[in-house]
Amino acid sequence: MHNQSDLLLNLAWLIPLFPFLAFAIIPLGVYRNRKLSHGLVIGAISIAFLLSQIVLWRAVGVWSIEHTLAYESPIIHWLSSGYERFGLGIYIDPPTVVMLFVVPLICMMTFIYSVGYMNFSVQVDPRYSRFFSYLSLFAAGMLGMVIFNNLLAFFICWEILDICSYLLIGFWYEKRPDLDRITPQEAGLKAFIVTKIGDLFFILGLMLLYAEIGSLTYSVIFSHETLEQLTHTPFLGTDMATVIALLLFGGAVGKSAQFPLHVWLPDATQVPTPALALIHAATVVSAGVFLIVRTFPILQVADAGVLAFEGIPFVALIGAFTAIFASVVAVAQNDVKRGLAFSTISQLGYMVAALGIGAYVAGTFHLITHAFFKALLFLSSGSVIHGLEHGHHHAHEHHEEHEKWFDPHDMMNMGGLAKRMPRTYLAFVIGGLALSGFPILTSGFWSRDNILVQAWAGNLIVFWTLAITAGLTGFYTMRQLCLTFAGEPRTGAAQYAPESKPAITTPLLILAAFAVGLGWISIPEQLPVVGGIVPNWFHHFMLSTIAASEHVFDSTPMLIGAGLSLTGLLMGWLVYGYKPLKASEIDRIEAVMRKIRLGWLYRAAANHFYLDSLYQNGVVWAVLKLADLADWFDYGQPQKRESDGQIVLVKRHGVVDGIVHNAGRVGNLVSQAANWIDATLVDGLVNLVGATGRHVSADLDAFDLEIVGGIVNGVGEVKFLGGWIRHIQTGKVQFYLLIASVTVLVLIIGFFAIIFLPI
Amino acid sequence: MTLQQILFLIFSAITLIAALMVVTRRNLCHAALFMVLSFFGVAGLYVLLEAPFLAGVQVFIYVGGISTLIIFAIVLTRDVVDPTLPPHNRQWIAGALVMALLCSVLIWTVLGYQWTTTTPGQVPADSIARLGTILVDPEGFLLPFEVTSVLLFAVLIGAITIARER
Amino acid sequence: MVYGIPLEWYLIVAAALFCIGGYGVLARRSAVATLMGVELMLNAININLVAFWRYLEPPGTTGQAFALFVYAVAAAEAAVGLALIIAVWRTHNTVVLKDLDMLQG
Repeated sequence: MHNQSDLLLNLAWLIPLFPFLAFAIIPLGVYRNRKLSHGLVIGAISIAFLLSQIVLWRAVGVWSIEHTLAYESPIIHWLSSGYERFGLGIYIDPPTVVMLFVVPLICMMTFIYSVGYMNFSVQVDPRYSRFFSYLSLFAAGMLGMVIFNNLLAFFICWEILDICSYLLIGFWYEKRPDLDRITPQEAGLKAFIVTKIGDLFFILGLMLLYAEIGSLTYSVIFSHETLEQLTHTPFLGTDMATVIALLLFGGAVGKSAQFPLHVWLPDATQVPTPALALIHAATVVSAGVFLIVRTFPILQVADAGVLAFEGIPFVALIGAFTAIFASVVAVAQNDVKRGLAFSTISQLGYMVAALGIGAYVAGTFHLITHAFFKALLFLSSGSVIHGLEHGHHHAHEHHEEHEKWFDPHDMMNMGGLAKRMPRTYLAFVIGGLALSGFPILTSGFWSRDNILVQAWAGNLIVFWTLAITAGLTGFYTMRQLCLTFAGEPRTGAAQYAPESKPAITTPLLILAAFAVGLGWISIPEQLPVVGGIVPNWFHHFMLSTIAASEHVFDSTPMLIGAGLSLTGLLMGWLVYGYKPLKASEIDRIEAVMRKIRLGWLYRAAANHFYLDSLYQNGVVWAVLKLADLADWFDYGQPQKRESDGQIVLVKRHGVVDGIVHNAGRVGNLVSQAANWIDATLVDGLVNLVGATGRHVSADLDAFDLEIVGGIVNGVGEVKFLGGWIRHIQTGKVQFYLLIASVTVLVLIIGFFAIIFLPI
Repeated sequence: MTLQQILFLIFSAITLIAALMVVTRRNLCHAALFMVLSFFGVAGLYVLLEAPFLAGVQVFIYVGGISTLIIFAIVLTRDVVDPTLPPHNRQWIAGALVMALLCSVLIWTVLGYQWTTTTPGQVPADSIARLGTILVDPEGFLLPFEVTSVLLFAVLIGAITIARER
Repeated sequence: MVYGIPLEWYLIVAAALFCIGGYGVLARRSAVATLMGVELMLNAININLVAFWRYLEPPGTTGQAFALFVYAVAAAEAAVGLALIIAVWRTHNTVVLKDLDMLQG
């Protein structure tokens, strides 16, 4: 442990601060000034990027001297309750360094891209500044999650990401798309609620961990003694470590969109594209995987036999199933963003599966390469969509298109864009090849095949699942490429689509460079010819602080993987690229499947196997019915009744309402009783008094007439005074208060005068 | 000027300036938001006074509860009065004078008295635990605590009854 | 003198806040704005209590406990006050205090 306080590493405190400040300042001050808003945000993320580079290289420097890296900064105490004090500090170790490399860079690229994207149309979005402040908060949350040293701060930043997801997905909340599409508000709510389900497991895991250990700081919970204690504490039939590991994994399932909590990600396509890229590639979903990476020590000591299937640990099971499920669905998607969404889910399944079988390095490596090429793919698809929207306007002006609902996301409306948008085309090709793991050249190959190698030695079922997924990935990637860029334009919009401006294409090209080059930091050394030129730097770096076992390299799985992905690419080209689809021709696979009576299967895949409808009609319906029941219990159902020919709403009270009502009625009765007592008793008294008075006055009548009469006449003169005093009672509360204050003031000053003035 | 003095000045400035905005803004929503800012300022002062628990309670109850209530009331009772009218009523000069006078008297009193001759001691580390204990101690504040609960219950029912739809 | 801040500074801030709140109570048209003034005054009271606690008897708990009760009462009063305002709004359709003079003698 590098225990001395290191100034440069302590700079990490400042990394999330600047984006957070940008987020806070924009709504408080510069809301109306758009240029200043996006300037602030880009400035903040650039500072964060610079700082993280400094911290990163310093950390690497420390590592190369000491060959281990687990730095914890001085701790500030930020929460105290009773005898407990929570400490907050910075923790820097290899996963942190890796994420610090990836996240600020991708965020910066995406923010620059957003400026171009949001400024493209003539009418700038009125909530422009708000968008950028949300993006900034997102970056702040992600950076905070990466650097802090305890699970509580991690969770707080995790929740910040949740709320940003909700705000960004539902950003264009006025959009009312086709009736069968989901609205942005609903998509935002869906994302929030589904990830919340995962968060429930997360927080249960946190609670268990805290109750058992009494601390949530990494240096405490990942220490040898703690892990020993966790594995030897029995709980729920197995040991505590397993339960905690599974619960924490639940959080990752929600956030990283693994099956069955993946349903929010495809509907998140409503968000403006650069934010979508962020959500998918660099933040929310990799946050889930990062959680697993962070808590890997607990996962390692957990009992892999619990909830395992045929020898596959539960985590790997979910991951592998998600990978292949999502890639099958991706084949049948026509919306380019949705296809990429499923592709993301599939790749995340890869990472989770890798971590599940203990391949720590491979999983993390794939996390960072995926971040780059997925961001690249999303940003380039955004460029395409923007071009298509522009082209649609253009086509309109030339009156070549009818005014029908035009979906710029639908790949069936594209085609032939390779000539019209060459830079975007290049970026998309590189991203797509990286995604399918084109051998040697792309980073996706190195990271994905690393996982396959580990799976080959670890668990054959997982290996074949992932390998088949590789083939499918190649296939649907080539499908997307061909449908979008090859052949002739299928609609007027595609004909007129212009290339995007440099603010959009430059980040694309930078990311493309990374998508290619990043692979070379982790080439296995035993690989003939290519290996050994550059040592497997990443491998050593990641394994320096964690005792994970890595299997010996074997070239067979690598060849199988490469072969399958190349086959997939080739098949895709044959089906879609050799003779590109013409306009209004339906998808070839769909046509073929219809012919062999499997059309229903294709449609099922296109509707992602109806999982969404299942959730909507099952879970959501049940919850809504429960809410109705609670409402009935509370307030009752209003009834309609005919009365004099008019329909009248008569309220019938529910249980709670009835209790309140009856309490009120009791109060009413009590007051009525008091009233009656008052009226009868007091009345009787008053009558008695009156009778007595009458007798007395009858006797004293003559006497009174003179004396009392005289007094009364005198009092009448005072009526004038009363008439004046009456005006004091204006009925206005503030006037009374003013008089009261004046009186108090006079009294106070009077007191002091009496005490202090010599009299 | 130590750091705490500077922080004190900053927090006091936030509190007082925000309070001034509250009482002078025409737009009630702005006033409510400035009130929230003022509450945060007060919470900051509590932190300086080494009462972090109270700072938390301040944020929870005032910002989280009462401010929300007031914003609801503002929304539910949208003024149909002519918005060009000034925010103050006809007795505002008198009110300002009285309050200014009161403020001077109070400040004069404060400055003129020797409040304490010794330096105050340290706040014990378990002060929050002590606070919790004394609230439920029969020889402490248990009775007021229970009475407050009854009060809140009564207020709950009373407020619902008063504001019900007929 | 805690951290170089004498007790008087806190008391002055509290007095100022109290008087600003008082002005709000006396001089605002809308009833809701008056209530906001009352809340400011209650805050001032609390600052006073906590400042006295810190400077005169830090090991004790009376100051903080008193402040907690003030919070509870403030919340209760805000709730009832706002309920009253809403009830008045329903019947008389105005919350301007000048117009609520039904008790005029």
